[in-house]
This record gives sequence, C-alpha cells and structure tokens, in this order.
Amino acid sequence: MAKLLEVSGLTTSFRTERGPVMAVDSVSFDVDAGETLAIVGESGSGKSVSALSLMRLIPNPPGEIVAGSVMFEGQDLLKITEAEMRAVRGDRIAMIFQEPMTSLNPSLTVGMQVGEPVMLHRGASWKAALERAGELLARVRIPDARSRVDAYPHQFSGGMRQRAMIAMALACQPKLIIADEPTTALDVTVQSQILSLLKELTRETGAALILITHDLGVVARYADRVSVMYAGRVVETGTARDIYKRPQHPYTQGLMACVPRLDQVLGRRLVPIDGQPPDLTRLPPGCAFAPRCGWVTERCLQERPSLDPVGNGHLKACFVDVDARVGEHV
Amino acid sequence: MSMPGLANMSDPSPLLVVEDLKVHFPIKAGTLVQRQVASVKAVDGVSFLLNRGETLGLVGESGCGKSTTGLAVLRMLDITAGRVVFDGEDITRHDRAAMRPIRKRMQMVYQDPYGSLNPRMKVVDLIAEPMIVHDLLPNRAARADRARELLALVGLRPDMADRYIHEFSGGQRQRIGVARALSMEPDLLICDEPVSALDVSIQAQIVNLFQDLQQSLGLTYIFVAHDLAVVRHISDRIAVMYLGRIAEIADRETLYRRPLHPYTQALLAAVPIPDPEIEATRPQIAVAGEVPSALNPPPGCRFHTRCPLAVARCRTEEPALRDVGAGQMVSCHLV
Repeated sequence: MAKLLEVSGLTTSFRTERGPVMAVDSVSFDVDAGETLAIVGESGSGKSVSALSLMRLIPNPPGEIVAGSVMFEGQDLLKITEAEMRAVRGDRIAMIFQEPMTSLNPSLTVGMQVGEPVMLHRGASWKAALERAGELLARVRIPDARSRVDAYPHQFSGGMRQRAMIAMALACQPKLIIADEPTTALDVTVQSQILSLLKELTRETGAALILITHDLGVVARYADRVSVMYAGRVVETGTARDIYKRPQHPYTQGLMACVPRLDQVLGRRLVPIDGQPPDLTRLPPGCAFAPRCGWVTERCLQERPSLDPVGNGHLKACFVDVDARVGEHV
Repeated sequence: MSMPGLANMSDPSPLLVVEDLKVHFPIKAGTLVQRQVASVKAVDGVSFLLNRGETLGLVGESGCGKSTTGLAVLRMLDITAGRVVFDGEDITRHDRAAMRPIRKRMQMVYQDPYGSLNPRMKVVDLIAEPMIVHDLLPNRAARADRARELLALVGLRPDMADRYIHEFSGGQRQRIGVARALSMEPDLLICDEPVSALDVSIQAQIVNLFQDLQQSLGLTYIFVAHDLAVVRHISDRIAVMYLGRIAEIADRETLYRRPLHPYTQALLAAVPIPDPEIEATRPQIAVAGEVPSALNPPPGCRFHTRCPLAVARCRTEEPALRDVGAGQMVSCHLV
C-alpha cells in the first residue's frame, strides 16, 4: 500500500548573487500514518527548505521547485493548482514553526487564529470557530482555556504560544503535521513538555509527524525513523534504533561522536568533525562531505553517491563500506 | 608568551569570591517625574568560589540570572548588594578607573561573535584593538605580530589576519572572539553561551579549543550555558540557577550522579540522551508550567510553584543554600 506521504527526487533551487544554489537536491523520504519521521541536519542542510517545498511555500523568485514529486494521499501536490493547495494547507497538512511569536499575528486574539482554519476549511461561523478554539486550547492543556480565547499572543508565555500553534495545527484534524524546530526557542523543561504533548496528540489522532530538528537527543526520544541531511541531500535514512546503533554514513557517525552526552564517561575528549560546513554555492563535484571525511577515496571526489539500500530499510549515500574498513584504521 | 594563569596555579587562594550577590534592575513609571515602582531581582543572593584553573558552569533556564551574574562579576553592571572579590581585591564598588587594570585580567566571550565584532575592521585590528585601549603594546607592528600569534593559538591561519569578519564561518568567528579576549592575557574568561549558536559538528571543535587553551594558558573559566551536556563536559563544578538564586552547586560528577534539588532532577531528566534504547527505558519526570516572572518571584522557595514535592513550608520559607557534604550545596527544605 502506498504511504501517506512519498517525496521523491524533490529539488529546489534558489537564485543568488553567486549563482544558483540547490538548497534541496534530489531529496526522497516518506512517512506513514501514525509514524514520526525526524529530518536531522545542521544549518544549510536543506531540512527546512524540504518541508517548505512540499508545502509549496517557497517564495518564487528567488526559489523554485525544479524537479520531483510529492505524493500525498494519492495526489501529487506539485501538480495541483494553487487554490487546491490552499485547501490542503492547514486542513490535511499542518505546519508548526520555530518562532511562535513571529508566526502568530500580534493584533488578533489567540482564539481567532486558532479558530480560523475551522472557518476557512469547514465553513464554520465565527461563533462556532471560537467555540472550537476553546476546545482546542483545552486539548493542548492551556489552563483556563475558554477564557484565554480572547487573549492576545503577547499575553502568552513562550511555551503557551507554542501550545496555541499546536492547537491551530490540530484544528482540522490533519493527516500530517510538520514541525520545524518547534522547541528550539524554548527552555529545556518546556521543550520536553511540548514535544511530549505533540507526540501524545499525534498518537491519539493517528496523524503522521515530520519533526525537523538539529538535536540528536530529541530525535532519539521521539522519532521512529530518521533521515539525515547534509548539503541539500539525504545521506542516510533508517529506523531510529538502526541509525543510532549502526550509523553507516561517515557524516552520521561523525555527528554521533561529536555531541557531548549526559551519560558519557567524563574526561574524554570530544571528537569533532574536521573542517567547515559546506558552502552550497561551491559544492565539490563528488560527495559534498568528501572534504571533511576520514574515509574519502578517489571515487568520492569524482562521483556523487546515490541513496542506496544497505538492508532492513536502511539507506545510505556513500561509496565506502565503512564497517569493512574500520579494521584498517584501528 | 607569558602565562599569568599558570604562574598562579600553585596559589591556593580562590581567584574569585562572590558573596550574596544581588543585582536588581529598577522599573520606573511616570511621565514627567520618574519614580521606581518595582524591581526585577535578576540575581538575588548568589554566592560561590572559583579556584584558579577551574571551570565553573552556570546553568539554568531563561531568566535564572546566569548571564547577569557573569556581567556583574565583570562589573559591567552595578551591584545592588553583596561582594565580588577578584584575586584578593574587593571590586564591588570600583569605579571605571579602578576597574581598568582589573578588566584586562577578566575578559568576556559572547554567544554571537558576529554581533560583537565590528564588520568594518580587519581581523588583525579587531584583535589588536583591546591592546590599544589598554596600552599593552605601543607599536603597531608589534600588535599586528601579536594578533597573528593569537590567530595561530586559536587554530586559525595567521595570514587570515587581513580578512573581514563576514568572510568567516560561525566557528571561525568564535575563534576570533576568543583571540580578541586572549589579547589581554586574562586570568579569567567569562564565556556566555559561547557554543550555543554553532552547529553541533562545530561546537565540538570550539569546546576542545577552550579545553586546550585552559591547559596551555592555565585559564579560569565561568561557562554560562543552557546545554547541560556541554556544561557537564567542560566544567569542574556546576551551579544550577533558578530565578536569581542557586538551587544546587556541586562537582560535575556528584551533580549528575546524585542531583538532590528537585529542579536539578527535573532539568536533567528533560535533556534527552541521543540513544533511542536508553530513552525508551528512561523514567520521565515531568515538571509542570514555566519559569515565573522575575518581577514577582514566588514567596518561599522560588521553585515551589512547579515542584512536585512542595510542602506547606516551601510556600512561605525561603530555603538557604546548605552544605550536604563533599562540596555539594543544596537549597531545599526536603534535603
């Protein structure tokens, strides 16, 4: 059976002063109902642009989706009209952004904003929409929710604003929720409250969740499957357990090794990934990670590796059989 | 290069003593005549010692006063009450002139080097500027040589000295920020979220740089950060702050192995460990709500509004920071 969402070969290019930049380059991933997929990567890896592309929210110019397909419930979202796409956004697919303060309109009440999708997509009256907003705010556990419908965003704390954003996303019972760094701006204790809430609500409604993050700890706690991105491409995909236990791509291995952990042995030196992050306007012809890779071969400098299966639904884009070569280095 | 820190390593007296530090910011109201109507108690009774060559981590959520504590130690803010003693000298009431010789010895490294470095100046001039301000090397050529030396010390190529800051990546900019701070040959570096804005693969490079510099120059650090895993990695001792006060202070091993304050426990539990198998079995300690406003902190223990264990006494009586042995200090009635 087809998955809920299948993205394949998605490619988005931006015109810049220094020439065209492929922010997202032949990216493929999928997610099924009830599943949480984490897209992990550092700044400029293309994780957010991938999400914006599949929502068709890339400003054109300077950006343009130049190739690929986004199959969602049997329909290619890249082929439908803008009006049809507007009917999808906020209804069957909802998005939650990093900065709740900049995504909420400061001059409208929280209730109006949370209720708006119900009015737009379900044709509800204002009265009914505001009523529904009260229910939704209670659902995301905003204390005294009914009376907070008339509050303005500035009267909410950071965590409450992000709860309101989640309420808005849930308004039309979407099949897919995309959360782009939803807790990066929040304190640690609030971060775990919000992510646990999001996870619990998607479990209840059976919605799929795409969690975009740079935090490997968050991925380990909340994701079922993981796609790791580097320089606009997916370099490794697999179940969270597999990726953490047996990372196959040298970049994924590097990431796992360089992050300090609360439970690690003290006094051990961190192992950083050498070199600088890639400059997307000047990517090398071969593998984009080659300049920072300890396993680099002649072929890596010439040719771009494709994302190929290594078994168990685990895929990697790397020519080197890292497991076989570990013996040589040690 | 002289190593002021190393020379002092054998000196057992603490480099820094902070006693009952309070920093309150007045809130004023009135259109013509301004009068103070309230105050934000950003730091409200913080005490700690810092030994030479040691790293003290200051952690806590937004509004806990960790950055304000750093700025107050540098005397970049006025101190409302309490004492700051640097290398035996009480600097609490020092004016600008009296602070000048001291300021050379304590330098700041900021979170966002791009925001703290002038984009119109070449790197060589950025690093040399503090030397001019403090009359360190009177000769321009000597300052430029020293700037190149410092670039090499922080892991950059000396020939990068003639470039501008926008030509560097985030991690390289932070190295330049460190080089500028080191141009004064300080004893104490106060690092305010120095790796928070960096990508994870670059964070590790900068954390290692801080550790290498501490080793070779004998530096003493105050490391302010919200990332508990980074703080645990780099610090010898850690102070957990909440709403302007220290909830718990201990050496890093004790703090992470045997956290006693309910807030420390909640904070540690909230940080996920990058391993799905460990996460699947980890008990989840949820702490409700968010940090209250520092304008009107709760009476009694400031954490009682969110504490799962709070009893009547916590709502009325403020707990003192008490020594519970092995250098661990906790401010909780229940411990």
